[in-house]
Amino acid sequence: MKRVGLQLLLLCLGFLALSDQVTAQEAKPIADDPELEKRVMNLSQELRCLVCQNETLADSRADLAVDLRHEIREQMKAGKSDKEIIAFLTARYGDFVLYRPPVRPITYLLWFGPFVLMVIGFGVLYRYLKQRRELISQQPLSPEERRRAEELLKAAPGKEAA
Amino acid sequence: MRIWLPLLLFIVLVAFLAIGLGHDPRTVPSPLINKPAPDFRLAQLHEPAKNFTAQEMRGQVWLLNVWASWCVSCREEHPLLVELARSQVVPVYGLNYKDKREDALAWLTEFGNPYLLSATDTDGRIGINYGVYGVPETYLIDRDGVIRYKQVGPITPWILQDKILPLVKDLSK
Repeated sequence: MKRVGLQLLLLCLGFLALSDQVTAQEAKPIADDPELEKRVMNLSQELRCLVCQNETLADSRADLAVDLRHEIREQMKAGKSDKEIIAFLTARYGDFVLYRPPVRPITYLLWFGPFVLMVIGFGVLYRYLKQRRELISQQPLSPEERRRAEELLKAAPGKEAA
Repeated sequence: MRIWLPLLLFIVLVAFLAIGLGHDPRTVPSPLINKPAPDFRLAQLHEPAKNFTAQEMRGQVWLLNVWASWCVSCREEHPLLVELARSQVVPVYGLNYKDKREDALAWLTEFGNPYLLSATDTDGRIGINYGVYGVPETYLIDRDGVIRYKQVGPITPWILQDKILPLVKDLSK
């Protein structure tokens, strides 16, 4: 049993070393222009990789993502603004490449839906609280009720009031 | 009322979820539909000295099929393309995407060549212009050079019969 544990540990360590190696290989030499590279990375944080749809273009290692980052870099070198590059990409891949969907009639529900829900929620809460207040509003006991309550209290001596 | 309202809400929610599950998240609506197909001038696969341009296809309804020898799903749709090419209903052209020439040629020899010719997009720049993100992709382009249909992923017999062929017929009138 102990041996198996040791083997497992060694295996894990092996994987650790391996993963280190993998990341070491991934590190590519920084481009000649760190300023430009920063701009490329900033913009590609905003863009979706179409192959692995839950990753940004900046994070993805898919072939297409590499190509698109290259394309962005080239266009930036050519002096295009971020806006122009985004227009270039949405013309080809649609709004889907944007992580921040633009405000358009088709996305109104997406952008404003939560606020509408919040307003409805507050409305419901207000009504509920108002109803509850009416329910628990204090009404003085009538003489008859007072007499019955006293009777009940007397009828149970020694017992704690519930 | 107390029971029905939550039940109703639940049913609406389930309906939305069911519709959502029915969608294929891989198919992204292409903004290129009904837009002019981006022009290109690329070397031909079999005769690299010669070029092929999208422009020279004006006046014809044609299919542009993006393929690569490294693409597994391309093999899946390949027999269908070969069959379609044999039927001569619509000319099929290939865009060999990010491939090595010798690999591409070997692949065509092995599986058959449905393309009248293939253009080579070695660095994938034209692919970007066409919004390619998952090979194979197929574009149906009309006489005026406008993209009328885009298929992402392999063409299935069903898609060919129900979508592509009727459109071809319509556009060829």
